[in-house]
Amino acid sequence: MTARIGVVTFPGSLDDRDTRRAIRLAGAEPVALWHKDKDLKQVDAVVLPGGFSYGDYLRAGAISRFSPVMETVVEQAKAGLPVLGICNGFQVLTEAHLLPGAMLGNNHLHFICRDQKLRVENASTAWTGDYRAGQEILIPLKNMDGRYVADDYTLDKLEAEGRVAFRYLDFNPNGSLRDIAGITNEAGNVVGLMPHPEHAVEPLIGTGRTDGLPFFTSILKKLVNA
Amino acid sequence: MARVVVDVMLKPEILDPQGQAVQRALPRLGFEGISDVRQGKRFELEVDGPVDEAALARIHDLAESFLANTVIEDFIVKVEEPADVVEAAK
Repeated sequence: MTARIGVVTFPGSLDDRDTRRAIRLAGAEPVALWHKDKDLKQVDAVVLPGGFSYGDYLRAGAISRFSPVMETVVEQAKAGLPVLGICNGFQVLTEAHLLPGAMLGNNHLHFICRDQKLRVENASTAWTGDYRAGQEILIPLKNMDGRYVADDYTLDKLEAEGRVAFRYLDFNPNGSLRDIAGITNEAGNVVGLMPHPEHAVEPLIGTGRTDGLPFFTSILKKLVNA
Repeated sequence: MARVVVDVMLKPEILDPQGQAVQRALPRLGFEGISDVRQGKRFELEVDGPVDEAALARIHDLAESFLANTVIEDFIVKVEEPADVVEAAK
């Protein structure tokens, strides 16, 4: 039996279907999860997809954090369940305090949509094992609230512990401190990033490359070998 | 019924591009001498029943856990005087 990976749909999620497709292309079984359900349907991992959950009113990700499904996700993530937050999902993870820091409006105040070069800084998380540390990848980025901030103490700690998982290369698209594009928790099971690997899994669409696919093959291998 | 106001502001050390955009527009509108603008959020909560210490403590918790993200924002909770009291004081 292959791994079951849940994808949560909040009101306002946009990329849940693309994420389920990416999971299927990687060879795992995608499972749709609904924000009102506390039950995670026995999945082996969870992805919080991109979009604008609850319209991003108040702050991006702030209202989703209190949804029934997140109560279970937070509890199980602390017990080791692999969780990936992409874009809005990353915002939800910071609001839920599963990842440190916070996401703010882009420093230029514009929505941005571009193919973004990243460097994989940490290839030992649950979601990055199929990359090499130092590898440069190109995946789409699209966001309004992508500016990662944290205090100096937290940033130094993240750097010292190798928890900056991805960094923007060549161009910082939103004013994120220290060019941070993605981070991981201490255990390496929770990862959040702003750019969208699920939009770069087939050569015909997005960047024309499949640089995002290793996210989903990484977790599959980890779960199958576990 | 009473009104409790929660004002939320980005912490001073956090860049506020919205406030900066507003500040830069001021000279074009003929307003000189404003060296900085920061933009915040104001929540007006209509509270059923008396705003006693217990009610205020609950609103403080609400502000701290939900209305403000204390990683990036500061907040102030205050009870607003009813309109007729403000009128009478004038």
